[in-house]
Amino acid sequence: MTLDQLLDRLYATPIATVLRENALLFPWVEGLHVLAITMVFGSISIVDVRLMGLASRERSVDQMSAAVLPVTWAAFTIALITGSLLFASNAPGYAHNFYFRCKLALIVLAGINMLIFQVVLNPNTNRNAAADVIPRSDRIVGALSIGLWMAVIACGRWIGFTMIGGS
Amino acid sequence: MVPALTVIVALDEFCSWLEKTPVSLTIQTAEWIIPTVQTLHILSIGLLMSAVLMIDLRLLGWSAADQPVMRVAARFMPVLWRTLPVLLLSGLIMIVAEPARSLENFAFQLKMLLLALIVALTYNVSRRIDTNRWISASAWMRKGFPLVSLALWVSIVFAGRWIAYVRVQ
Repeated sequence: MTLDQLLDRLYATPIATVLRENALLFPWVEGLHVLAITMVFGSISIVDVRLMGLASRERSVDQMSAAVLPVTWAAFTIALITGSLLFASNAPGYAHNFYFRCKLALIVLAGINMLIFQVVLNPNTNRNAAADVIPRSDRIVGALSIGLWMAVIACGRWIGFTMIGGS
Repeated sequence: MVPALTVIVALDEFCSWLEKTPVSLTIQTAEWIIPTVQTLHILSIGLLMSAVLMIDLRLLGWSAADQPVMRVAARFMPVLWRTLPVLLLSGLIMIVAEPARSLENFAFQLKMLLLALIVALTYNVSRRIDTNRWISASAWMRKGFPLVSLALWVSIVFAGRWIAYVRVQ
């Protein structure tokens, strides 16, 4: 089966059809998606500004992560589920949309950035609890993360303006 | 004429005037302005909502319980007060571009009402925390405010998205 056939099959699923044809359901799912993605960006930015040493320096990176990242993950899960539903409602349209493709690529990059930090950098970084010195790797990871998530949101908004019938 | 009808007619005339002003026409014609402003608006919502969540979770005692309320408020209240003007300004640009789409829209009107309510409430609570009077607030207030705050802010975000879907005659 080609990708286009797969997209058509997704488009024809009952759940995609309901979302497409029910005038009330789509805005509710989209509202939840917007709420979730703003929480992903907002919460991760709290950790990112700490990594960059711009705020919350009296608390360690680990303390900040423990307090904030559960919110990020919960929000990301909701964004992923609602995003998949919205995608299914017009799978071929979104899959061929330039900004949708950019958005997916940027999310993958943000994930790689996070993985590099968690797996490679964080275990090998020597930090004081009070963070007198901010490691350069922390600053770079934090800045990249904020920048990538901002671009994800920008792409998301542009999808609405480049899809037929979007708003 | 009935007063309510007078207001509606006046609002209608104001919208028709505003959408023909040069500044409105400029925003309407330049295709990049509205998506850019909306992106800025959403990013600011993200910062504001996360700050609100951090404060409210702390007030409820569900997160950062080892931190004093005053310190959490000192870290996140300024985020709220700084992003709010950005939200109002970016919102204003969207109103100028399409006045009737928002001003005559029930979802928008509800959004503004809820916003005024939660900003007034939050300002009050913020002052109490700063002046160390929050501890003496009633238990109902200390647990009720963060829950009301979360409910109102979430409603405001949903109402905002609904502006695009509520039909304005």
